[in-house]
Amino acid sequence: MAGPRVALFVTCLVDMFRPSVGFATVKLLTGAGCTVEVPAAQTCCGQPAWNSGDRESAKAVARGVIAAFEGYDHVVVPSGSCAATIVRDYGEMFRDDGEWQARARELAGRTHEITSFLTDVLKVKTVCQAVAGSATYHDSCSGLRSLGVSAQPRQLLASVEGLDLREMEDPDVCCGFGGLFCVKYPDISNVMVSDKTRDIAGTGADMVLAGDLGCLMNMAGKARREGRTFQARHVVEVLAGDMQTPAIGESE
Amino acid sequence: MSHSSPTTPAFRANVRAALDNTNLQAALRGQRGNFVRKRAAAREALPEFDALRDHARDIKNHTLANLDRYLEIYEKNVTESGGTVHWAETAEDARRIVLEICQSVGAKTVNKGKTMISEECGINDHLQANGITPVETDLGEYIIQLRGEAPSHILAPAIHVTVAEVEAAFRQFHDDLDPARDLSDIASLQVEARGRLRAKYFEAEVGITGANLLIAETGQSVIVTNEGNGDLSQSLPKVHIVMASLEKVVPTLEDASTVLRVLARSATGQEAAVYTTFSKGPRRAGDPDGPEQYHVVLLDNGRSGMLGTEFEEMLRCIRCGACMNHCPVYQAVGGHAYGWVYPGPMGAVLTPGLIGVEQGGQLPNASTFCGRCEAVCPMRIPLPKMMRNWREREFEKKLTPKAMRSGLGLWAWFARRPWAYRTGTRVANRVLKTLGKKGSFSSLPLAGGWTDHRDFPAPQSGGTFMDQWKAVRR
Repeated sequence: MAGPRVALFVTCLVDMFRPSVGFATVKLLTGAGCTVEVPAAQTCCGQPAWNSGDRESAKAVARGVIAAFEGYDHVVVPSGSCAATIVRDYGEMFRDDGEWQARARELAGRTHEITSFLTDVLKVKTVCQAVAGSATYHDSCSGLRSLGVSAQPRQLLASVEGLDLREMEDPDVCCGFGGLFCVKYPDISNVMVSDKTRDIAGTGADMVLAGDLGCLMNMAGKARREGRTFQARHVVEVLAGDMQTPAIGESE
Repeated sequence: MSHSSPTTPAFRANVRAALDNTNLQAALRGQRGNFVRKRAAAREALPEFDALRDHARDIKNHTLANLDRYLEIYEKNVTESGGTVHWAETAEDARRIVLEICQSVGAKTVNKGKTMISEECGINDHLQANGITPVETDLGEYIIQLRGEAPSHILAPAIHVTVAEVEAAFRQFHDDLDPARDLSDIASLQVEARGRLRAKYFEAEVGITGANLLIAETGQSVIVTNEGNGDLSQSLPKVHIVMASLEKVVPTLEDASTVLRVLARSATGQEAAVYTTFSKGPRRAGDPDGPEQYHVVLLDNGRSGMLGTEFEEMLRCIRCGACMNHCPVYQAVGGHAYGWVYPGPMGAVLTPGLIGVEQGGQLPNASTFCGRCEAVCPMRIPLPKMMRNWREREFEKKLTPKAMRSGLGLWAWFARRPWAYRTGTRVANRVLKTLGKKGSFSSLPLAGGWTDHRDFPAPQSGGTFMDQWKAVRR
């Protein structure tokens, strides 16, 4: 029996900055028996406009997403934040448009963040990978609080052979990225990311892992500026055993 | 410092000043996580806590849907007990009413329990301008009154002050204080403040308190304190004035009990505050003590305008402070940066509602939408969603900065056209890759907001994911 037909929504940041996250996601999905497709008409989920109060632009972009991902069994996203926009916000976005709201809700019902899709939908309990080293996992906010992603990535990471998983202090406190927030309020964002890199370094782990590239670029960028030695990687890279790719912000 | 003119529009400058203030940063860092741990422990110890939150939310929703009815019942019961309800549509009305009551009994000194509504109305400045001395009796409020400041937290008004700064204030303002006296720790400061305040309780003709709750079926007002200062402030003087905003009402005593059970746990992690005091009307014949007059000043000040709008849920707020205790933005800058009475996430939603989004619009923008506030709110107020609603109001009114509006417009144009978007990302990817050979940028044109504080990671080689995917699938 053929596995589910899954569409990958790669997200704008992964598309542009870190395609290896997309390929690692495909590898995990294929390994779990899915048939993966990447709809060519995808762009961005529309969150930048939505969170800036530009409802009309957000709706225009969301309509494209809804149309592009019609007909797949599941839509999987290597980002809790973009997944949450589809799952939680699209319905509210189209509150005055019954037809599109119904389509938005239908899409929301089959859209998943990657690690929770693996554990909760595909019932994957372990990944067959070995990675020597230590890691600490940062809970990106939207994935954690809008989608309940917390135990799932940790469960999968615990199955990686040789990986020493350590908890930092306040893993669930925001890193200060917040999309446009980090450039709109750089001073506050800087305090938040400085606290975060300090807490990461406090674990002594070789790397920080998270499920959102925005947060990771923020933490990696700060760590480099501070001369810290830990690496930053998307959680799927470790789960897929892709440790050859240079870490975020490192030269190739 | 008065709240009559908000500095909220200067939020960015306030933030800079707050981050450069080493005493403030030391105070904020010193208590980091305390409230968070205490609330978590209290929640852990009460298995039905989250169910109680649902119940409390439902009580408030029902009350707000029938607010006029419950306020009328409340007024009727206050009146029957011999008290008087004064309806204050604006802060100015409230100032006038309070002053008139004070003047009617020839008051020279007014003792105050902690009340944010008094802060919102600028009562202290108004009394002082009319020759009446307000004395704050809550320790935190007392400290900031000495320092000439406004509260920086709705629960812990002096949370921004270090122990050394409290000592300095006492030494400056407490006459005849022995210079040799040790005031280097919190306990010794408490003893000193208590000694000063005890004497004041018997001088005041009027006591003003806030109210955590008003109970419609009984006509009672409820205050929740840990120092007992509120009780002395309201029971010793001849006149007790309760200042409360109109959404504080709940239908029944039973409802009040539900709200109280989530309030203290969310606020300080206590099962109940040290003092929870129910007051009703003036002293009756045969009562051993109590005020001769009991007045309630019910403030609207813009709240009724939030009813029936997408901001109505904000009126469920019970002022526990959990949102600011858990907010990384508040924890970084403290409460004064918010520039008006209410800081933190609840302030970021309420402030634009009360002083207008034109003045208060910075606050709902200064959020990462991390959602920690909503996660801990005992009344389950969707704070991030309402901050986003304010941003939408700003966008509709064209208050959003021009550069951002046009940037979003341009971005949306591309995002709606996959072919153009592909070309755009391809070009941007190549440019960034070519320039960022070292793996990241230490500076980047137009990205100073990012690169002033951190490096900017460059794209991986090989082009965008979509281009690579197309190539491998060919």
